[in-house]
Amino acid sequence: MTDWRPGAAAAREARARLLAGLRGFFAARNVLEVETPILSHGAPLDPMVESWTAASPDGASGYLQTSPEYPMKRLLAAGAPDIYQIARVFRGGEAGPRHNPEFTLLEWYRHGLDHRRLAREVVALIMTQAALDAAWRQPNHLREISYRALFRNHLGVDPLTVEAAELQAVAARQGLEIQGELDRDAWLDLLISLVIAPAFPDDRLTVVFDYPETQAVLARPCDQDTRLAARFEVYWGAVELANGYHELCDLAQFRERRERDQAMRRQRGQELPEPDIHLEAALESGLPDCAGVALGVDRLLMCLLGVERIEQVIDFPFERA
Amino acid sequence: MATYSTNEFKAGLKLLLDGDPQAIVENEFVKPGKGQAFNRVKLRNLRTGRVLEKTFKSGESVEAADVMDTEMQYLYNDGEFWHFMVPDTFEQYAVGEAALGDAGQWLKEQDVCTVTLWNGEPLSVVPPAFVEMKITQCDPGVRGDTAQGGTKPATLESGAVVKVPLFVEEGETVKVDTRSGEYVSRV
Repeated sequence: MTDWRPGAAAAREARARLLAGLRGFFAARNVLEVETPILSHGAPLDPMVESWTAASPDGASGYLQTSPEYPMKRLLAAGAPDIYQIARVFRGGEAGPRHNPEFTLLEWYRHGLDHRRLAREVVALIMTQAALDAAWRQPNHLREISYRALFRNHLGVDPLTVEAAELQAVAARQGLEIQGELDRDAWLDLLISLVIAPAFPDDRLTVVFDYPETQAVLARPCDQDTRLAARFEVYWGAVELANGYHELCDLAQFRERRERDQAMRRQRGQELPEPDIHLEAALESGLPDCAGVALGVDRLLMCLLGVERIEQVIDFPFERA
Repeated sequence: MATYSTNEFKAGLKLLLDGDPQAIVENEFVKPGKGQAFNRVKLRNLRTGRVLEKTFKSGESVEAADVMDTEMQYLYNDGEFWHFMVPDTFEQYAVGEAALGDAGQWLKEQDVCTVTLWNGEPLSVVPPAFVEMKITQCDPGVRGDTAQGGTKPATLESGAVVKVPLFVEEGETVKVDTRSGEYVSRV
């Protein structure tokens, strides 16, 4: 048996260099590194993300974080300056070529920026890191495109108005055979993941901005059009690297979204974890105007090294952890 | 009725889809960070051999195919059916030409094959990875050509034709890899 052996020797030094590079990037920009709990009493209700649970022999139990978002927002609500964290996070049921159930997430928050401006800082961060080592790959161009324009250009449909049945027909024309009932957003997720993003050029960074409000998560509605949310994603080639928001600060809207998440979990037969009571209280006290983003560090490393599978950059992926 | 959820999907798992037993060849998990998860699955139809790709919404359950691989000894061919026997139970199965497929050319009496049964009926036959067979016909080797590593066709007792080195002669027994159809060695 060679299962005890680490499997990502070729990426080990690169990872150390990248982590140092990320810390240098934020030090130079006066963004404070923080640490928050990995284990907490509440979990996100987002139906698309499942938390691991942890139990202690003394009867105490909690959830492993899926991202450090909630406690970092509590810091911001309590007056913290711009902050970042390099966190280990855990997601249930996620394992594949680009997924390991435990991974490293870089999350940061900037006061006074909106999602478009924070997206440019993400691009700057990626370019700065790619320049650290001459052997690393570097993106050669950048495209910023709205979620709506992306679907219009690639598939000829307007994602805000198109019906699920039409998306189903689009998928069929693309040769996709689907098993299972999908709602509108699931069809959109399917098409962006399996048709649109795979066509992005390998050496291009793509910033997608202004998502449908139904996929807002914790992004605020766009000022010009409330059917849209102030959310962005950054892709390197076809690889989804980062997801960010101009953060939702409105307590009433936050509660509405959480109720929507709860209803969807019930409808899908998913478990309802204990909600995080502190985030709600922090929002009630007041979250300052800010933008925040989470970037997958393992995936960035994959792109820098030009490798296809996440276990090539993780010495001990979960099945051998 | 046994079912498998997408989170149990892995290569080799057998599912009943569109009325046919299908084996997972490849399973890939795909998910946007904040969106719906999917399993992209490459499946081989065990009845037709056709490979196709299907995308499952993660969390879906699929009926398991009652498919079982059983080691059986090849007995004989009666002109229409190829007869196999489970050594422990002496239970016999008659396999038709469609289910036999390409395995037919590697069958030698007494050899142990893997017969796949679907709902108790033979679905396919996989011959042993290596078989040893007598050459029933091949041309004599040409002197001096051995150094070049040249080959010539040889017909085996089962009727299969394989390429053998020039020094191998008619009447000799050779070992063949049935997966590639390639000559391995003289026996």
